[in-house]
Amino acid sequence: MRPTKLKGRMWLITDPEGNRFDDIDTDMIFHNKWLYITDINEMGEYAFGNTPGWEDFPGKAKEGDILVVGRNFGAGSSRQQAVDCFRALGIQAIIGESFGAIYKRNVINSGMPLIEAPDIFESGMKSGDLVEIDLENGEVKKDGEVVFRARPMSKVQMDIYQAGDLFEYGKMLK
Amino acid sequence: MSTIVEKIFAEHSKDRVEPGEIVWIDLDVRTARDFGGPNVVKHLMEHYEGDYLEDPEKTYFTFDLSVPAKTIKYAINQQVCRRFAKETGMGIFDVDAGIGTHVLLEKGIVRPGSTAVGTDSHYNILGAIGAFGQGMGDKDIAFAFKTGKTWFEVPESMKITVEGKYDWPASARDLTFAVMKEIGSSGMLGKAADYYGDAIDNLSLDGRITLASQTTEMGGIIAFIPPNKEVLSFVEERTGQPQKGIYPDKDATYSEEVHIDVEGLEPLVAAPPKPTNVKPVSELEGMEIDSVFIGSCTNGRYEDMLAAARVLKGNKVKEGVNLRITPSTKEVWARVIKEGLIDIFLKAGAVVLTNPGCGGCAEGMPGLVGKDEVELSTTNRNYPGKQGPGKIYLVSPATAAASAVKGYLTSAKEVMQ
Ligand code: SF4
Repeated sequence: MRPTKLKGRMWLITDPEGNRFDDIDTDMIFHNKWLYITDINEMGEYAFGNTPGWEDFPGKAKEGDILVVGRNFGAGSSRQQAVDCFRALGIQAIIGESFGAIYKRNVINSGMPLIEAPDIFESGMKSGDLVEIDLENGEVKKDGEVVFRARPMSKVQMDIYQAGDLFEYGKMLK
Repeated sequence: MSTIVEKIFAEHSKDRVEPGEIVWIDLDVRTARDFGGPNVVKHLMEHYEGDYLEDPEKTYFTFDLSVPAKTIKYAINQQVCRRFAKETGMGIFDVDAGIGTHVLLEKGIVRPGSTAVGTDSHYNILGAIGAFGQGMGDKDIAFAFKTGKTWFEVPESMKITVEGKYDWPASARDLTFAVMKEIGSSGMLGKAADYYGDAIDNLSLDGRITLASQTTEMGGIIAFIPPNKEVLSFVEERTGQPQKGIYPDKDATYSEEVHIDVEGLEPLVAAPPKPTNVKPVSELEGMEIDSVFIGSCTNGRYEDMLAAARVLKGNKVKEGVNLRITPSTKEVWARVIKEGLIDIFLKAGAVVLTNPGCGGCAEGMPGLVGKDEVELSTTNRNYPGKQGPGKIYLVSPATAAASAVKGYLTSAKEVMQ
């Protein structure tokens, strides 16, 4: 069993004015000039390479960090690299107010926890906070106290996460 | 009670079907095109050891983009798929067949209420007969090949009612433009829709295909057109089985309702930079054009060919204008020849591409536009760069043909009475 409670340092992805950063598309996350890269180990250094204020993110991110993003995150193309670049950096989960539909599929299919948390930017949490997320009930805790209630992960999401990824899940079906 | 998407999911899933819930659905059909297909094969080989297909009889390749292969890379990719199909016994519609989704309809592979997925962002065109179709990436499709299942978040549904009567030369394409103008490029974002109203009931199957093909450009997941008699008898003939169709419950719950009036509809045009930038043709009347394309999954059906022929008969394409016509499938193409439309096209001076398929809509096929060129097209997207560096204006087949004759944008009324 993979853990259903995750602890990590949080990155609140804000715009240059410090507000919630909405509509970050896949070209801002992983620009199309790098699409030829197919080895996941090489993808990390380009994460957020085209997102104003976050170009240096790959140097700052640490294994086990958790991303908190705004609305319609990952809009745009279906490129899997826009998910894999974060996995390459060791990001363990993405919490977002909402996601582009295809991006969401790609995160879930890769076996990475994705939590939908409308209005989490109103919760007062800051970059650098140490948080614990319970994937089963959606609770986000800081210093042992619940600071936000997100949507719990669905059964399907949990099944894919527990199996490892969509393809591993496929092996269990047959 | 239930909308169409909820009904179809409930019939194909053991999970609780409610908007926002993620459910596993069983798939009746899964396909990959020449674009995406080779990656599907690669994923299957990388992740599984043999036993790649849950059911070869429900799995197909449909080549429609580069048909026959125009580059060596496409040729190799198609070869990878052909070999895989041979080894696994799955179905294949090769480079002669035409646009995959249209082929599925013609061959009776999908019916109202079916679930189908493929590597094509216009797969929701299957909503034209009340089937659930969804385009997905190559990993999702590889998983669907292997397991016969996919997961899906149940979308909320909109209710879209279209009412009113209109006359030639206004067509299903102009009705579609009217709907797009009202809903906009993100009005259906992440949602399903059920269509209602007399203007919808009166649409032919070909007209329904046109309307359904633009769901993607409004941001929609799928929009269902409940089948009328004509559609049901078409599907019965093609599947060889009686059909009861699929309809929303009377008290289905919708997140939003939209009413659109098409009474006295005039021919419309979508100017760059997006397909929802819709204006009356009369507003841009007289704009000079260089080339015209009639075809694609939006307007490549027989009815579209007939509309073009009606305008072109006895007329000549203006000198210097290049008119290209591509039927969407082999069946349409054969009928264009049999019914003598090809003679009309040739006499009028049109270039008929030799093979059915996506034609000038897809990169890799002949019919791209050069810099500063102005093209009228019956395809579904006019985003900058989609069909080359020129400017693309989207119109109906009748408007396209009439403008080809005049050399400038005009309605078919100006060419024939
Ligand atoms: S005609 Fe164009 S939009 Fe339609 S399936 Fe082919 S490439 Fe896609």
